[in-house]
Amino acid sequence: MDLILVAVISLGAIGLIAAVILYVASKKFAVYEDPRIAQVAEVLPQANCGGCGYPGCSGFAEACVKAGSLEGKLCPAGGQAAMEKIAAILGLQAEASEPKVAVVRCNGSCENRPRIVKYDGAQSCKVAHATCGGETACAFGCLGCGDCVSVCRFDAIRMNPETGLPEVDADKCTACGACVKACPRNIIEIRPKGKNNRRVYVNCVNKDKGPVAMKACKVSCIACGKCVKECSFEAITVENNLAYIDPAKCRLCRKCEAVCPKNAIVAVNFPPRKPKVEAPATEAPKAE
Amino acid sequence: MSPHVHNNDTIERNMYGVIIALIPALLWSFYAFGLGSVVVTLASVCACVFFEWAITKFILKRETSTITDGSAILTGILLAFNLPSNLPVWIIIIGALVAIGIGKMTFGGLGCNPFNPALVGRIFLLISFPVQMTSWPVQGQWGAYLDAETAATPLALMKAAVKGDASALDKLPSAWEMFMGADYGCIGEVSALALLLGLAFMLWKKIITWHIPVSILATIFVFAGVMHLIDPTVYASPMAHLFTGGVMLGAIFMATDYVTSPMTHKGQLIFGVAIGFLTVVIRLFGAYPEGMSFAIFIMNAFTPLINTYCKPKRFGEVVKK
Amino acid sequence: MKTFRIGGVHPAENKLSAASAIETLGLPKQAVFPLSQHIGAPAVPCVAKGDVVKVGTKIADAGGFVSAAIFSSVSGKVAKIDSVIDASGYRKPAIFIDVDGDEWEEGIDRSETLVKECSLKPEEIVEKIKNAGVVGMGGACFPTHVKLCPPPGSKAECVIINAVECEPYLTADHRLMLEKPEEILVGVSLLMKAAKVDKGYIGIENNKPDAIKLMQEKAAAYPGIEIVPLKVKYPQGGEKQLIDAVISRQVPAPPAIPISVGAVVQNVGTAYAVYEAVMKNKPLFERIVTVTGKSVTKPSNFLTRMGTPMSQLIEAAGGLPADTGKVIGGGPMMGKALMNIEVPICKGSSGVLIMNDKEARRGEVRPCIRCAKCVSACPMGLEPFLLSTLSDHSEWERAEKEDIVSCIECGSCQFTCPSNRPLLDMIRLGKSTVMGIIRARSAK
Repeated sequence: MDLILVAVISLGAIGLIAAVILYVASKKFAVYEDPRIAQVAEVLPQANCGGCGYPGCSGFAEACVKAGSLEGKLCPAGGQAAMEKIAAILGLQAEASEPKVAVVRCNGSCENRPRIVKYDGAQSCKVAHATCGGETACAFGCLGCGDCVSVCRFDAIRMNPETGLPEVDADKCTACGACVKACPRNIIEIRPKGKNNRRVYVNCVNKDKGPVAMKACKVSCIACGKCVKECSFEAITVENNLAYIDPAKCRLCRKCEAVCPKNAIVAVNFPPRKPKVEAPATEAPKAE
Repeated sequence: MSPHVHNNDTIERNMYGVIIALIPALLWSFYAFGLGSVVVTLASVCACVFFEWAITKFILKRETSTITDGSAILTGILLAFNLPSNLPVWIIIIGALVAIGIGKMTFGGLGCNPFNPALVGRIFLLISFPVQMTSWPVQGQWGAYLDAETAATPLALMKAAVKGDASALDKLPSAWEMFMGADYGCIGEVSALALLLGLAFMLWKKIITWHIPVSILATIFVFAGVMHLIDPTVYASPMAHLFTGGVMLGAIFMATDYVTSPMTHKGQLIFGVAIGFLTVVIRLFGAYPEGMSFAIFIMNAFTPLINTYCKPKRFGEVVKK
Repeated sequence: MKTFRIGGVHPAENKLSAASAIETLGLPKQAVFPLSQHIGAPAVPCVAKGDVVKVGTKIADAGGFVSAAIFSSVSGKVAKIDSVIDASGYRKPAIFIDVDGDEWEEGIDRSETLVKECSLKPEEIVEKIKNAGVVGMGGACFPTHVKLCPPPGSKAECVIINAVECEPYLTADHRLMLEKPEEILVGVSLLMKAAKVDKGYIGIENNKPDAIKLMQEKAAAYPGIEIVPLKVKYPQGGEKQLIDAVISRQVPAPPAIPISVGAVVQNVGTAYAVYEAVMKNKPLFERIVTVTGKSVTKPSNFLTRMGTPMSQLIEAAGGLPADTGKVIGGGPMMGKALMNIEVPICKGSSGVLIMNDKEARRGEVRPCIRCAKCVSACPMGLEPFLLSTLSDHSEWERAEKEDIVSCIECGSCQFTCPSNRPLLDMIRLGKSTVMGIIRARSAK
């Protein structure tokens, strides 16, 4: 009985002393932090993806509170909904932002772009890019080692084993831009999601001259300029042997897609073309 | 990507090399402890391999199994070598679960564990089942297992001497007997000769370098020798220290574990000297009669620190001739 | 027996073509000359499409001090100046020449007679070497004249000739020593004179006893030249390792260079090229190339004109075997796997190695078991396992602190790794990134 009593008393005393120390320390060394920072951090996705440009979600929360306005601030992962909530907490106005998505601009699948050597080095695009030209004759296209996949915090990008190319799940993608940074060949671009998820873009980044690009891949951009002529909105430019569609100017008319002789321009999430539209329908298969 | 050639060395070659090096000691243990030793070794190896397989498959859900790389078998043998030959199977299974489950797989499997898994298992058992773990059967009882007759080991005698029993050291077997393996103890640690044969094999096959074993043994010899010179009636001779208990097994097979020992030769020497020193300190001044496993365990924890501060000599640092 | 003091490995030697005498390879149909076949600034073309050139005509000027001129190895017409995939796997500009006949520039001495006497001053020798476009023939292709002009404050004490040929399979230097010993020795004397030193060492690994014996016999007549037999150990042919092996001095970490310890290192092939350039007025447009491999019908050593596609050499050695896994430009330890076999022979192409399917396959990558074998193998005293992890995690600052830029990319670590880890692949990435960071910092 004595033993139990001693134990209870001694443990109780230790607990009491520790509690007092903790209480004094918490009072003495307390640092004032704006409670709104915690509130803002609460509504953020806590993925710490860095897509906002600040070091993690708490960094972004602090910046939002301290700046006094939400101008130019966007949490790409949380999107407009999160920004609205933050605006409500801080009593500010959220800036309207356009939802964006990562777009992989290479269609060099095993079928389109023949493999001419076997790469057996470390499974890392960075290494493959720095030490050899990759497995194909295209020095610009996807290397297929999946650096973008391993860097994605949202499981939004996956390798398709059939094509050997990464595919973005537009629903999961938050356009944080981690994959853009990870890709040593700058293949991935953050583009606006577009109305009804519809996008038209050049699915190639090859800057080689026409004949070289032609040989390397079935669906490479050869900078023929047909799309530039076809476009009524001056949205397409050709620079360094590569066409680029400016998403701000593009009206999603899909005329360029139809004229591209290499099928390098793609339009996604459009309903299938009606057969009655004569010109493009006949031209497209010919180009294949 | 160059280099395009490889020397065909593999994890398996190294792991099975160590296992081959353990065979002399294994055979000696069968000769010395008979049935008990066979049962304990088998139980330990089977349990380790089983837990490795089960954890990889059902908990980590990895597709490839790692049981064929030899590391689990090696852990099993080493764990068995650190157990007395009359230990019940259920205790061994607990030891194997701790060794593989907590010592190895929680950290991510092969290559990631900070402590030698077999040691984790042994120390867990030593603390949890001190009675069973410190009753060592007398040699030569071929058919006996759980019912084997037990006796005090030389280490216990040495501890008794330190604690004031003046006649204890006289009861020690001669150094030669202990070298050959005529003393009592855990399965694998009794014959220094068999273990040294294993060391010679591993050095020949370039599986390990000499740095760790030699520095441990030399430190123990010197430190124990100094203490022996100070008072021969209290402190046993350095030879007795070298050939009893787990010193040989620890220095040759436990401390040299790749994953948990330092990477550079300089670091390995520091590691070895510290283990030797700690072992003698625990043996002479600590509560336990044996200090090898704790010494290795403590230095395992220091390995990352040694790796951070011990760098190999860079090319060009050598002074001009 | 001497050797270097830190690390090293011993891969299977496989010198299959050691007994095949040097054969002269026929002319190609079209010769291709990449403009960057040396370290430093690319050469600048001085011919245009349609120009007629002869063998030995200069077709590109040096693009700076650290650069080298390029000479045509064939006679014919310049077809185009376009890009070609070279050994790096990327497209580089190159001059294409359609071959027509075999007409040589006047002034090149094509006789076999040995010319020993040289009355030129050291500066004149360097000038002649520079004007012949001679670069290091061991593979790094550092312009030779740059090495012979020591930076202010340093002084050369000896010339070390690299005749180690530590790469497995390759035998080009070995054959050259057996067939042109006197020419090499004259070349070494010229290099010694140009560097203003009176001591020359020729380091040869003792897996070539015939070459050591022959060179020792002949060297007796050349004052100051000593043959140094070396224990077989890779990477003895590394510049720093060779200096350590021969004169027991270690070059400190970068930015120190071999001249800091008084050594000028040249390849044995370079010594021969120097002889031809100075004594025979023949610019560098030919070299000896080993074509070898376990499945190759006739492993050979060819005297090849630069610009010849590798496919022609492979054809001459009995054709591409059916079980070819990869074709490597250079040796198995440091050579590059080629994108296609039309890659032209350049100044630094010492060999074409054809590995069969089985040999070419890398083992499965396993976790690091921290066995420290890479640390023991590293000839620079680095910790490859750590450097590769730091590269993988993009920890460039720490990688720089751990001396990643000292890595000579010899591949010993990866060769010895029991887990088949791509150590060197990752270290290469880290090294190039860290060097970029250092350059950017010093540019500020």
